[in-house]
Amino acid sequence: MSKFIFGRYLPLNSVVHRLDPRAKLMLSFCYIILVFLANNPLSYVILIALTVGSILASKISLGFFLRGIRPLLWLIVFTVVLQLLFSPVGGHTYFHWAFINISQFGVINAGYIFIRFLLIIMMSTLLTLSTQPLDIATGLASLMKPLRWLHVPVDTLAMMLSIALRFVPTLMDEATKIMNAQRARGVDFGEGGLFKQAKALIPLLVPLFMSAFNRAEDLSTAMEARGYQDSEHRSQYRILTWQKRDTVTWILFLIGFAAILACRRW
Amino acid sequence: MAIAFEHVTYTYQAGTPMAHTAVEDVSFQVPDHGYLAIIGHTGSGKSTLIQQLNALYKPSAGTIHVDDFTVTPETTNAALKPLRQHVGMVFQFPESQLFEETIRQDIAFGPKNFGMSEADANALADEMLTTVGLDASYADRSPFELSGGQMRRVAIAGVLAMKPQVLVLDEPTAGLDPQGRQAMMELFERLHREQGLTIVLVTHQMEDVAQYAEQVAVMREGKLIKFGTPTDVFADPDWLRANQLDVPRAAQFAQQLRQRGLTWDTLPLTADQLADQIAARWPAKGADHV
Ligand SMILES: Nc1ncnc2c1ncn2[C@@H]1O[C@H](COP(=O)(O)OP(=O)(O)OP(=O)(O)O)[C@@H](O)[C@H]1O
Ligand SMILES: [Mg+2]
Repeated sequence: MSKFIFGRYLPLNSVVHRLDPRAKLMLSFCYIILVFLANNPLSYVILIALTVGSILASKISLGFFLRGIRPLLWLIVFTVVLQLLFSPVGGHTYFHWAFINISQFGVINAGYIFIRFLLIIMMSTLLTLSTQPLDIATGLASLMKPLRWLHVPVDTLAMMLSIALRFVPTLMDEATKIMNAQRARGVDFGEGGLFKQAKALIPLLVPLFMSAFNRAEDLSTAMEARGYQDSEHRSQYRILTWQKRDTVTWILFLIGFAAILACRRW
Repeated sequence: MAIAFEHVTYTYQAGTPMAHTAVEDVSFQVPDHGYLAIIGHTGSGKSTLIQQLNALYKPSAGTIHVDDFTVTPETTNAALKPLRQHVGMVFQFPESQLFEETIRQDIAFGPKNFGMSEADANALADEMLTTVGLDASYADRSPFELSGGQMRRVAIAGVLAMKPQVLVLDEPTAGLDPQGRQAMMELFERLHREQGLTIVLVTHQMEDVAQYAEQVAVMREGKLIKFGTPTDVFADPDWLRANQLDVPRAAQFAQQLRQRGLTWDTLPLTADQLADQIAARWPAKGADHV
């Protein structure tokens, strides 16, 4: 569990960490769309350059990064193999047996899927590694502001999101503690048959839910005690401001995006 | 030797940029049926250290002996179950481990995991319930209806029911009322004296250390900075205060008296020792008041 870095934050001091979370969110979003629009080797080279460049700028070591996403590799390999074996006939056929069909078309497609998967995982991991959960919530809230016109309770949603994100690490720690306590009482987590494993989860989940509910209750009491009112217009302690580094990043990425669109096969 | 640590180091999240060495090169020994107290500032690695004792965390380097068991970084999980039964572990705020429908089932959970039959485990649960000072009528109630202090007792009963030979206690009395605290500490002392349990106690209560412990380990920033008898460790109050610790109240008082010119053969650490030594000094005058 501790080797799994997807969705975690890594406190470092780099340009990427200090970027405006709104910029990071929007660029990541555009990036993902571009990943699906890219369809020839040159456009992928540009995407890879953008990705590797961003990782290097974040000061997170490339080795740590690759080791961290290794657990997800099986998922990618699984998808790629499916694509490889069962894609429609096209181009030269290398191998054919019953319904399995490896064709030139399939190989190329599988290659693209592999790269797309990898790139998206790398970029979104970079986003969470370099942005505090609370900043992601603030950024999202700020981006959702126009929805106020449609009477979407943006502030309440943002508050819910930031509370949820805030308590993820707390609950993870809590889960580790409870697991240790139950292991000390002779529970083997992740061993034995499926039924036994599922049964071993009860001593973990019951206390975890108890503690989550207690925490939620304490938190709501504490918020009410300090006069929290729903759907009030709220000011913010940390105000996001546009910086020069945001402009530079936008320009670099937009150049990259334009290059991809220009050289993609239309 | 009941417990021997040899150059034990433990690093959280080793091999990542978040790596944090919480225990560093710690060596000490506890004799059979010993009573060790571990003290140290918050975050000094006490909890991490004691979780090595039943290999919840295996050392990153070094060797740990607990009676006939040996734990090294290479130890596999398969070999650990007997060790887990041998070393009973009461965690900080153990009430968060309760989950069963009834208190009896919760106390019987540990023994059943270690292969005891349902009937035997239930009988043992009822016995343990009274051992920790709760009424037998609680057995069929839900553990979640209890007060925090009562839940603590149930959780401790659940560990005692495993019949461990080494009992590890992580701040077992934090947040209890004074009487409950004393009752708990006396229960552990009884188990130590009558059944010969080896006890490892993490605590911030210097009074408890003075009264019950035979050895004291002082931790700071993951390192063991002092190891000895309570008399050794409490001999230097300035050094203790420099490490965010303190001496027991009775010893403080005795030291203040020493500044006023009184001399002690051995520094009294508990109120009883203090009273005895004072009484011994003025045998004739106040004898019938003591
Ligand atoms: N799961 C974990 N992952 C990473 N670091 C941890 C973890 N648990 C503890 N630490 C760190 O290890 C160090 C020692 O923690 P530990 O819980 O052993 O302290 P302690 O002496 O028991 O403190 P306290 O008196 O507050 O209980 C602390 O700096 C803590 O931040
Ligand atoms: Mg602790």
